[in-house]
Amino acid sequence: MSTLTDPTSTGASPGPAAPTGEVVTLVSRKTPVVLGVLTVGLALILLFQPESGETTLRLARETDFFQLPDLTLPTMPTAWALTIVCALLTGESVRRYLAKKRTPMWLVAIYAIAWMTGFLVWAAVGETLPVVGLLAGSLALAVPLVFGALGGVLGERAGVVNIAIDGQLLFGAFAAAVVSSMTGSPWPGLLAASIAGALVALILGLFAISYFVDQIIVGVVLNVLVIGITSFLFSQVLAPNAADLNTSARFKVVPIPVLGDIPLIGPILFRQTPVVYVLYIAVAVVTFALYRTRWGLRVRAVGEHPMAADTVGIKVNRTRYRTILIAGAVAGLGGAFYTLVSVPQFNREMTGGAGYIALAAVIFGKWDPIRATLAALLFGFASNLQGVLSVIGSPVPSQFMLMLPYVVTIFAVAGLVGRSRPPAADGVPYRPQ
Amino acid sequence: MNDAVTNDQAPAPSEKDADKPDAPEPGKGHSVMRQIVAGDVFAGVLAVVLAVLVGSIMVAATDDAVRESAGYLFARPGDFLSAVWDAVWGAYTALFRGAVYNNLVSDFSTQIRPLTETLKFAAPLIVAGLGVGLGFRAGLFNIGGRGQMLLAGGAAGYVGFNFDLPTFIHLPLAILVGMVVGALWAGIAGLLKARTGAHEVIVTIMLNYVAYYLLFYALSKEGLLQAPGSANPKSLPMKESAVLPDILGDRFNLHLGFVLALVAVAYVWWLLNRSALGYRIRAVGENPNAARSAGIDVGRTWVTVMLLAGALVGLAGVNQVLGTVPDGVTLDLDASIGFDAITVALLGRSRPLGILAAGLLFGAFKAGGFSMQAAEGIPVDIVLVVQSLIVLFIAAPPLVRAIFRLPAKEAK
Amino acid sequence: MKLELRGITKRFGSLVANDRISLTVEPGEIHALLGENGAGKSTLMNVLYGLYRADEGEILLDDEVQHFTGPGDAMAAGIGMVHQHFMLIPVFSVAENVMLGNESTGFAGTLDLDASRARVTEISERFGFHVDPDALVEDLPVGVQQRVEIIKALSRDAELLVFDEPTAVLTPQETDELMEIMRQLREAGKAIVFITHKLREVRAVADKITVIRLGKVVGEAEPTASNAELAAMMVGRPVELVVHKDPPKLGEEVFAVKDLRVVNATGHVQVDGITFSIRAGEVLAVAGVQGNGQTELTEAILGLQEHVTGSVRLDGKELLGRSVRQVLDAGVGFIPEDRQEDGLVGNMTIAENLMLNRSFAPPFVRRGSLQIDKLRAFAEEKLQQYDVRARDIDTACGNLSGGNQQKVVVARELSRDLRLLVAAQPTRGVDVGSIEFIHKQVVATRDSGVPVLVVSTELDEVVALADRIMVLYRGRVVGIVPGDTPREQLGLMMTGERPKDLEGDVA
Repeated sequence: MSTLTDPTSTGASPGPAAPTGEVVTLVSRKTPVVLGVLTVGLALILLFQPESGETTLRLARETDFFQLPDLTLPTMPTAWALTIVCALLTGESVRRYLAKKRTPMWLVAIYAIAWMTGFLVWAAVGETLPVVGLLAGSLALAVPLVFGALGGVLGERAGVVNIAIDGQLLFGAFAAAVVSSMTGSPWPGLLAASIAGALVALILGLFAISYFVDQIIVGVVLNVLVIGITSFLFSQVLAPNAADLNTSARFKVVPIPVLGDIPLIGPILFRQTPVVYVLYIAVAVVTFALYRTRWGLRVRAVGEHPMAADTVGIKVNRTRYRTILIAGAVAGLGGAFYTLVSVPQFNREMTGGAGYIALAAVIFGKWDPIRATLAALLFGFASNLQGVLSVIGSPVPSQFMLMLPYVVTIFAVAGLVGRSRPPAADGVPYRPQ
Repeated sequence: MNDAVTNDQAPAPSEKDADKPDAPEPGKGHSVMRQIVAGDVFAGVLAVVLAVLVGSIMVAATDDAVRESAGYLFARPGDFLSAVWDAVWGAYTALFRGAVYNNLVSDFSTQIRPLTETLKFAAPLIVAGLGVGLGFRAGLFNIGGRGQMLLAGGAAGYVGFNFDLPTFIHLPLAILVGMVVGALWAGIAGLLKARTGAHEVIVTIMLNYVAYYLLFYALSKEGLLQAPGSANPKSLPMKESAVLPDILGDRFNLHLGFVLALVAVAYVWWLLNRSALGYRIRAVGENPNAARSAGIDVGRTWVTVMLLAGALVGLAGVNQVLGTVPDGVTLDLDASIGFDAITVALLGRSRPLGILAAGLLFGAFKAGGFSMQAAEGIPVDIVLVVQSLIVLFIAAPPLVRAIFRLPAKEAK
Repeated sequence: MKLELRGITKRFGSLVANDRISLTVEPGEIHALLGENGAGKSTLMNVLYGLYRADEGEILLDDEVQHFTGPGDAMAAGIGMVHQHFMLIPVFSVAENVMLGNESTGFAGTLDLDASRARVTEISERFGFHVDPDALVEDLPVGVQQRVEIIKALSRDAELLVFDEPTAVLTPQETDELMEIMRQLREAGKAIVFITHKLREVRAVADKITVIRLGKVVGEAEPTASNAELAAMMVGRPVELVVHKDPPKLGEEVFAVKDLRVVNATGHVQVDGITFSIRAGEVLAVAGVQGNGQTELTEAILGLQEHVTGSVRLDGKELLGRSVRQVLDAGVGFIPEDRQEDGLVGNMTIAENLMLNRSFAPPFVRRGSLQIDKLRAFAEEKLQQYDVRARDIDTACGNLSGGNQQKVVVARELSRDLRLLVAAQPTRGVDVGSIEFIHKQVVATRDSGVPVLVVSTELDEVVALADRIMVLYRGRVVGIVPGDTPREQLGLMMTGERPKDLEGDVA
């Protein structure tokens, strides 16, 4: 059965360095092709659905300390200008391909911003686009995805594929709702979410590590199990006692002094709920721990070559257990977002499969905490975008806007990410003799 | 890589090895009983027992009467135990009555009606399970059942309500169109994996969402799928000529879809066990490198498998739209079958007959779950819990043995 | 440190891998453990290293009984091991690999990489290793990777070092250097266990030799014993060290490779400008240390490599650019170097594996259906003919021993109408009986007028089979020489040195 490694992805045995010592750059034409397709798509939209008017970009909120003025742009010229930028960047990518050079990441990043801005300017014609609100909202919506992705990265770096992220989020949301309803404070709820996530991870570990059950199977089934349990308890226990058990105390927005007043950045990053600040800490700690500490070195060793780790006296399965428990706890924190930030009660299947999106962010982010975080933010942006556009009204049917993040992911996974290398022992159980 | 290391360290004695049979002979001295106890079938039964047991605990723990009697547990433990018994017994008899045989009514056809309901619910689970299982056999993890069902159902529905044709053309055409659309939708994931290495798990998950919104769009646009003059995302009902006919007469809801499911089981069995393509599918699934070295085009096999899998899962969507719920295409036509199919395939160990059995079991759970909810007020979600626990326990026989303190199976 | 093993017994199911083995190794001594593949040497050392638990017997270090629960304990007691398959993490740097499991840390568990770098440099200088502590292990040549393994052991103050088949991946020159290192370590008072099946090396460096066969100690020998004596002890009967073959009956030049260049998926040039040809009825053996482009050469011929330029012609027809299936259909038989990875589907039966490359056309497939009766009859016949020791044709290949697995692969490849046979490492990890059998089959194929390309990293095998020998070094041809070229010259060529008297690429 497939794990997240792809055995046939490379042409041959991955052999070490070139015996000849000579290295040539092999470039794939995927990136220029994808960029080209997207550019043509944007141009076609503009060609067949021209809109006349102006688009206003609002760069501050009323409550902000510094008030940046609104930016009003003529819609079509701006959109066309950005399309041309996209076309030029595509051209550069093609040129590099022909010169046998890779398209660098910064080019793709600039392209993405230009394309997105061009599209938004067109879509929000005659309206005001709240840029700050859009980005701040994106960050908020990305919270469970980032926590989930961090949990995924941790698990997979230790060699355990964590498909149960969705279950961890959902169970976290459930526990957070119940505990914060009972205590009347969000903080115990947050703690409970984390413990709930770890609990799901413990079951994952029991089956995947101790009993060598295929990790993808366990993950998928655990997600179903958690849906079943939480939905069952929801209708049996929570719904009849909603006032006592399912009315959670929510986190409020807490602006950080000084930082929160920086124009543009402040309102986006530092006027958020405490969960978001916990998120910042989590990203930093996970990244540091994974790359700079003894613990991280051992986790990565266990995920790459468990036998080698065993021969230097590292207890492979104990390390894996410990790591996925932490991973589950981190993912569980993300679940708290649903019931402690988003809405003040638990509902059945309220994560809506966000755990799978987080999993996509893990792979998209090449098993690196920072990159996975960025990927998760991208998904958050996409989901917030459709909300904003449906409020201001746009010429595109809302279903297509809703579909956008998923289409982008497919393009990205197929075209831009390229062949990524998961930890070598990802998904492979380790049986000590 | 790890395998190589372990294998190298396991002793591969030379001549000694040559004399002894390679696979360890099942000990002739062992009693028959021991073989049964150590066998997989027995562990499977125990897994089901264990899952049902856990389900019982959940039912009992959340039952009002049980909780009430637990308050004075030490004063009158008998009350508590009988409350537990009532709750659990009530739940499972209701389940049985809803799924197999209803002894509370007098005439025979009403008594066996639950069984036909089970078969009706099992049909889409079986075909979709076959689709997912076929993917597993080729090493592909198709989580895209939902999307494939939605689009296949939508397409079949479009043919079903839009055209006026004689039944013998209309029905096959609608089925075929649905299966083709399901196949193509799944084929995208196969093609992307073969061509770019994009992981099918991610792609199929994403395609689920895309399919959902595509169907949503079509259902909210007149001229595509939306019923004229309606504001709801729902299509017109199917024309009579495109509806899968009932096979046991009007009194039962069981329709031709179940027969199609049986045909699909037979076909997939033949495909996997008797055809050259199935042989290649298995080879690619077990060891893609060896398959490639032996001249089998791994990428093409992946695409083929996804097309076949999509057609089978699509048939499940068709079954819903043209058979079970023929009064119009809706956004929840998949009725979570796309995901249930994964558990069905896992429980059936990706083998056609296993999937048939697993599909029947889950169909029974579904039919019985609804009547349990109606009769006893126990949320149908308990069925989800029991189902997933069965799959988990079945996948880990050593755990089940440990729980029941059975002897471990002879190690290889 | 003195090591004593007393009556070590290790069973796997009904199989006794080590049967009451006793052994004593003194400090300042190189003790060779000699035995053929699967004799139980590695199992014994894994017991010593705490990876396996012995069923009976005890381990004593300086006369004290040890109870190891894992490699950590063994290491703490002063045992270091240089594994046959390096226990290094490819994506880690040398310093990270050396410190793993033994890390010095600063505040809050942060890694002190500088300390590890210093340790690597210090040990590296003491023994003249020239290892860069910041290099990634995956970028290092295997010889250097092995030194990293040694540094890893020494950095933990190992007093007893176990070398498990350390020369399998080394050139003869690197082997000599390793021997020198082992002597140096002996002078430093370390006890050394040297596991090998190569007689020459044992005689060159060992102070004491213990021979193991079928899991038992069959005797001790002095380094002065002859090759034939040692070989007989090792195998349990007199062994023919040479393969009997008649002079080749050479035919047309039917297989020709020209300017072959192979680039792998990451852009590394693996094979650079290889040109050679093989005549009908001739064996061309490719010699060279593992990782010098042999794998890519054979895979490029088969069509398994993506970025290939040049020309590969069989019977005048170009093979490059064709699919694997087309190449196989052109009459190429292929024995891949890693049978479990590329040669067999372990969970399929012997019968099913025998049709792996014939799933498209008769005799085993007709109009899309498997012809199961024909396949079964064929499999029964091959089981007999190739002496595959298995219960029946429905046994899964994964349950067979290495030798029997390889016989299944050979049977499959040789039972088609071949125009060319490519055999990569045909006897790796195979018992002596199967080696003799497979060698006979290769020679028989050549005698039937088929050109044969054999790739082997075992010089013995190259010399035994070759009519001509092509030596590869770093993806290029060092020279093509006659089959009777002295081993010393071949060894020199394997280091990339081109003999002066060799002119052109033709033998």
